[in-house]
Amino acid sequence: MSAGWAVRWLPPVGSLVVLTGLAEVAIRVGRVSPLLLPPPSAVLAVAVSESPALLSASSGTAIAVLVGLGLSAVVGVTIAVGLSTSRFIERAFYPYAIFFQVVPIVAIAPLLVIWFGYGIRAVIASAFIVSIFPVIANTLAGLLSVDPALRDLFRIYRAGPVDTLFRLRLPAALPDVLTGLRVASGLAVIGAIVGEFVGGGGLGVVILGAMREQRTDLVFAAVGYASLLGLALFGLASLASHLSLRRWHASEKELG
Amino acid sequence: MALRLSGVTRIFRPTHGDAVPVLEPIDLEVGRGEFLAVLGPSGCGKSTLLRIIAGLDRPTAGTIGWLEQGTTGEAEEARSIAYVFQDAHLLPWRSVLRNVTLPLELAGGGRAEAESIARATLEQVGLEEAVDRYPAELSGGMRMRVSLARALVVRPRLLLLDEPFAALDEITRQELDDQLRTLWLANGMTVIFVTHSTNEATFLAARALVLSMRPARICLDHRIELPTDRNASLRADPRFAAQAGILYQALLSGNRR
Repeated sequence: MSAGWAVRWLPPVGSLVVLTGLAEVAIRVGRVSPLLLPPPSAVLAVAVSESPALLSASSGTAIAVLVGLGLSAVVGVTIAVGLSTSRFIERAFYPYAIFFQVVPIVAIAPLLVIWFGYGIRAVIASAFIVSIFPVIANTLAGLLSVDPALRDLFRIYRAGPVDTLFRLRLPAALPDVLTGLRVASGLAVIGAIVGEFVGGGGLGVVILGAMREQRTDLVFAAVGYASLLGLALFGLASLASHLSLRRWHASEKELG
Repeated sequence: MALRLSGVTRIFRPTHGDAVPVLEPIDLEVGRGEFLAVLGPSGCGKSTLLRIIAGLDRPTAGTIGWLEQGTTGEAEEARSIAYVFQDAHLLPWRSVLRNVTLPLELAGGGRAEAESIARATLEQVGLEEAVDRYPAELSGGMRMRVSLARALVVRPRLLLLDEPFAALDEITRQELDDQLRTLWLANGMTVIFVTHSTNEATFLAARALVLSMRPARICLDHRIELPTDRNASLRADPRFAAQAGILYQALLSGNRR
């Protein structure tokens, strides 16, 4: 097991150490102004010294992201089920789903503040809007690609639409739903921080404040916390996928 | 008589291109408890015939009649049809046991009762040890056995099989043929078994139908003249070879036309 862990973790950790080391040397040798690009050591120092404030800001962002992502999962799967009921409905309404994909969130974030007021509700709405499309698109693809022989099987046993949905189509689409959520988890962090730029709270406000004070090191530290948050969510979604699919799905079987 | 097809015809009409006649008018009577093998070249329409009998496809013309139609409701009739596909087609997220309980759940039965019937059926196909495993953890032969158990769990009066063992190796296939025959003798349901193997048809069936190339018509309707009690040694018997030869000749002539 120890050898396996070394093989798995040595390359990414090694590359991180080497790359940040190189950046540190290059910035110090090149005398780059810390206002433009602080050396990694300075960012790390701020990340530690400001950790109480950064952690509390991160938890605010994390709550908005989790609620937004949860809404995306529930609403996205429901919309996909609705779209999958007929070709006509799919043709009529799928373009509106694509709207969520192409909408520039920065442009409509002020609108969200007008609708929901300053605070976490606007932030949640922003996280929700940018993260729902991958859930809809992946779930719809999964619902529409159910094995035709299994559909025939359910027809032979006279299964109604509700039974077919819950015992066949949704379980068959589960791997795709989870893939959609994995993609959505990264987007939800982006959406939440953009939402915080205009709606207030969380890491978004820390970044804005640090920018006004020209504290580039604090901006980088906050970006680092945001990345870790996205990474943690991605890991959580992957873990959920592994736990629920490990006994049956090809994508999880090799990981073992 | 369990089933009567009168003038059943099927013409595929693709949105682009010409209409493709798949079945010429087919007249067929299948007796209750009969084991009928349907032979024919690949793509001749034998699966289409089976799908029409199963109600998965509608004939372009002709009718299908059931003896029991007057006495039992249509829903009752449908529930007593079971279908086994070319591949096992199990639900990968369900254990072996829960795959076999599925038809009973869909019919609205209680879970505990469904599980006890499913366990008994899995025992019949020799899978009592594998109830908690998942399809991805089984061999191809075991998966096919689960599929067979899933079909048998509803106690079908009509069992339809569409080249069910074609993808398996020779030994596993013969084992499953033996098992299917034993189950048929024990349960007494009507069986329609589609295959492209003359040996398999000869070993299994009481009666064999040979279809021509598309559009399919019946070239030969032959009663297999072999004893009811059949075992592996029969495959080496000259009488077996003679019966298989008759089917083979009919297949050849149907291909030549």
